[in-house]
Amino acid sequence: MLAFIPERQHQILEKGRDTYEMECAKPSTAGSVSQRSCVFCGSRVVLYPIADALHLVHGPIGCAAYTWDIRGSMSQGAQLHRLSFSTDLQENEVIHGGEKKLYKALTELIKQYQPNAAFVYCTCIVGLIGDDVEAVCKRVEKEQKIRVIPVHSEGFKGTKKDGYRAACEALFELVDSPQADYLTSAIHSSPPPTINILGEFNLAGETLMIKDYYRRMGVKVAVCFTGDCKIADIEKARTASLNVVQCSGSMTSLAKIMQEKFGTPFKRVSYFGIEDMSKALYDVAEHFKSKEMLQRTQNLVKKEVSVLLPKLTRYRRDLEGRKAAIYVGGPFKAFSLIKALRHLGMETVVVGSQTGTKEDYELLKEITQEGTILCDDSNPLELSRFVLEKGADLLIGGVKERPIAYKMGIGFCDHNHERKIALAGFEGMLNFAKEVHCTVMSPVWKFSPARRQYFAEPPI
Amino acid sequence: MKVLTRPKTSFISTRNACKLCSPLGACFVMRGIENCIPLIHGSQGCATYIRRYGISHFREPLDIASSNFVETTAIFGGRDNLFKALDNVIQQYQPDAIGITSTCLSETMGEDVELYLREYAKLRRTSLSPLFFYASTPSYRGTHIDGFNEAVCAVIKATANNENQKTNEDKQRINLISPFVSCEDVREFHRILQAFDVPYTLLPDYSETLDGVAWQDYQKIPNGGTTLADIAKMKYADTTITFNGDSANFPLNNVVHLPLPIGVDNTDKFFDTLKNITNRESATMSYERGRLIDAYFDGHKYVSGKRAVVYGDKMFVAALKSFLEEIGINVVLAADGAETDFETMLETIRSSRCSKTELADKPDFIIGNSKGLYLSRALGIPLVRCGFPIHDRIGGHRILHIGYRGTLNLFERICNTLIEYKQNQEPFGWTYV
Ligand code: SF4
Ligand code: SF4
Repeated sequence: MLAFIPERQHQILEKGRDTYEMECAKPSTAGSVSQRSCVFCGSRVVLYPIADALHLVHGPIGCAAYTWDIRGSMSQGAQLHRLSFSTDLQENEVIHGGEKKLYKALTELIKQYQPNAAFVYCTCIVGLIGDDVEAVCKRVEKEQKIRVIPVHSEGFKGTKKDGYRAACEALFELVDSPQADYLTSAIHSSPPPTINILGEFNLAGETLMIKDYYRRMGVKVAVCFTGDCKIADIEKARTASLNVVQCSGSMTSLAKIMQEKFGTPFKRVSYFGIEDMSKALYDVAEHFKSKEMLQRTQNLVKKEVSVLLPKLTRYRRDLEGRKAAIYVGGPFKAFSLIKALRHLGMETVVVGSQTGTKEDYELLKEITQEGTILCDDSNPLELSRFVLEKGADLLIGGVKERPIAYKMGIGFCDHNHERKIALAGFEGMLNFAKEVHCTVMSPVWKFSPARRQYFAEPPI
Repeated sequence: MKVLTRPKTSFISTRNACKLCSPLGACFVMRGIENCIPLIHGSQGCATYIRRYGISHFREPLDIASSNFVETTAIFGGRDNLFKALDNVIQQYQPDAIGITSTCLSETMGEDVELYLREYAKLRRTSLSPLFFYASTPSYRGTHIDGFNEAVCAVIKATANNENQKTNEDKQRINLISPFVSCEDVREFHRILQAFDVPYTLLPDYSETLDGVAWQDYQKIPNGGTTLADIAKMKYADTTITFNGDSANFPLNNVVHLPLPIGVDNTDKFFDTLKNITNRESATMSYERGRLIDAYFDGHKYVSGKRAVVYGDKMFVAALKSFLEEIGINVVLAADGAETDFETMLETIRSSRCSKTELADKPDFIIGNSKGLYLSRALGIPLVRCGFPIHDRIGGHRILHIGYRGTLNLFERICNTLIEYKQNQEPFGWTYV
């Protein structure tokens, strides 16, 4: 039997058995094969969908090569975000500095692709060789007459969350752009109800779906950060009177900056699952204190749910009583998933995240059943053991978790930024049910040696 | 290899690179050794990205540990991180060997990893301690292929001092340094060597570790890989066959550099070498050769005079080019990632078309890994997927490229792709072609 890394003991907890407080929000333990990535990854996640901007990764080739077109964010119009640009630093630049190469690369790329802004991502060694990226960006900005914004995303200077923050700071540079037209984009100038959506990345077209719900409620969306977002949209963000923050922590910091600077209030929502999706709409309606809007929202939800629920019953019939394990980046999504799974008759027996906080885990403890395993910044050895011990039929995670499930004959659902299937919104809930059903109910698992050994009754 | 047809412009920036970074190559070597786990000395992101990239291709667990640098590490050095990482990896995985690679970050910091490892060994060594292999792999100095070769060297060096005696069984022993090929290719190398009935060491061998069966229990380190015992015998081999190019400087006896065995000519060279060393023939292999040539005859009209763009790793591209020319295909552009990227390739093709050079007509297909999709769409021509990575199909790691059988597989893929493309262009479909 596997012994856990002693240092990680308190980052794992079984509800009802362990009484200690969950340890979390700390750097990954060296030698634990953490599923986390780096600061740079966090920044890429947030800024990547901005399709008419140039995204130049300043560093050696790997950081850019591994993030080339890996996300499922869609864009109407410009597609520049799907290309991969790197300064591809060589030994000479590592020794003598990469500023010159960065300058030339930026100039060359902007001339050729005519982007509406440029982001320059600093990777680990840039932080070390001490390039003055700021100065290069300023110079190019002046010469090329577009915003060129450095993103301080050196991989080792924190976790993915710090990358989110760096990206939000970079975005705020554009929101509060000195070049903005103050007449057409004055703070809160758009007649309410106008909102911004933060932390929604238009995976498989989800943003368009969500925007349509709000439209039907009579709510205008000024900007969605950053799903299907274009540079010119961004400076309109200040005209909105409410920020709606989806997806755990990724863009809360931008909401906080905007609250502080513009006094724009924000609400945290989730677009996954029936309750949370509905609540995300009701919360906005309540904020604007409009009876008509509330009525429209009720009608919308009623209509969507009445179409959805009967369709779910068929999946639920098969899935009832099955067990799920969840391992995701941010725990906020896990809350929604636990509820969504209950609609399918499934209980969650393992739930973990890369970046949860104490409060997150407390809440997870509250909403899960006795015996559920909670884990923070877990690794493949732990996860594989948990799913087997708890007899999970399904693992929800990302590409890195997929082989853990499949090797052990367990179903898998990709709920990461790489997915190509819309899982948000009411339609997304139906897709989610289909996804879960098609993997859990597949007859192939009956051939799994692990399933035969670990489960008294054979699956299916 | 450089781009054979040079673009008019050369870029400062790298766009849509067709190369990857050095630790990736090194990690796959370490993955190809029995009960060995890779450990990347640097920040967490590099390890995770490499895992993700590899998992999307192999669809197998791919545990790579990291010494997980944090901000203070960059100031105080990574010694403590490395020690802790080693402790934890040993405790969790109980490996027989750990393959440590550096990163751009640790190299730039000037980390003396070899010194750390010696210190660690002194401090913690017990009889159960794993062997350490250390490969220095800064990506600003080379690609994933350089990292791959560096790791092979590191493994050989680490086992060079071992005291075993050469036995009778080691007579005629062959080393085969497997290049960065698919799992199926590695299995094919085994099959070929077995057909010649000689003792051999094949390094690295990730044919099972990265393409295993469905498991009964979770395998901390997947079964398979070159055994440490076989690696230790490498120095006794009379001959070492490599396909990794002259630049790969493996510290072994009588190193024979061969082109990757793709195509009849290249595969013949490989088999002739085996014949010379072993004084044996293989009837099965001759039969397979004959069948391949017969297929060439059957299919030659579908490919004759067609134009192809080839890209990928240097040795792979060189071999593919020779194979394509052997069947009457003009290679209008051959590019390896060390010096070219996809954007440069596209530019080259486009600008040549304008200037009416040899590229006056557009290529008929492109052949290489899945990242060529973008190029194939831009040019409106089909993509024959092979090499690494294949992220948009199932079974990329099981594509057979090498030997007569691998060539046959590639030949049929090319023919069928061209036939299918033509079929799809026609308003009605013929069921005989
Ligand atoms: S820093 Fe170097 S080793 Fe790490 S991902 Fe980037 S290129 Fe690869
Ligand atoms: S070098 Fe740094 S920024 Fe790049 S992938 Fe590695 S950890 Fe992330």
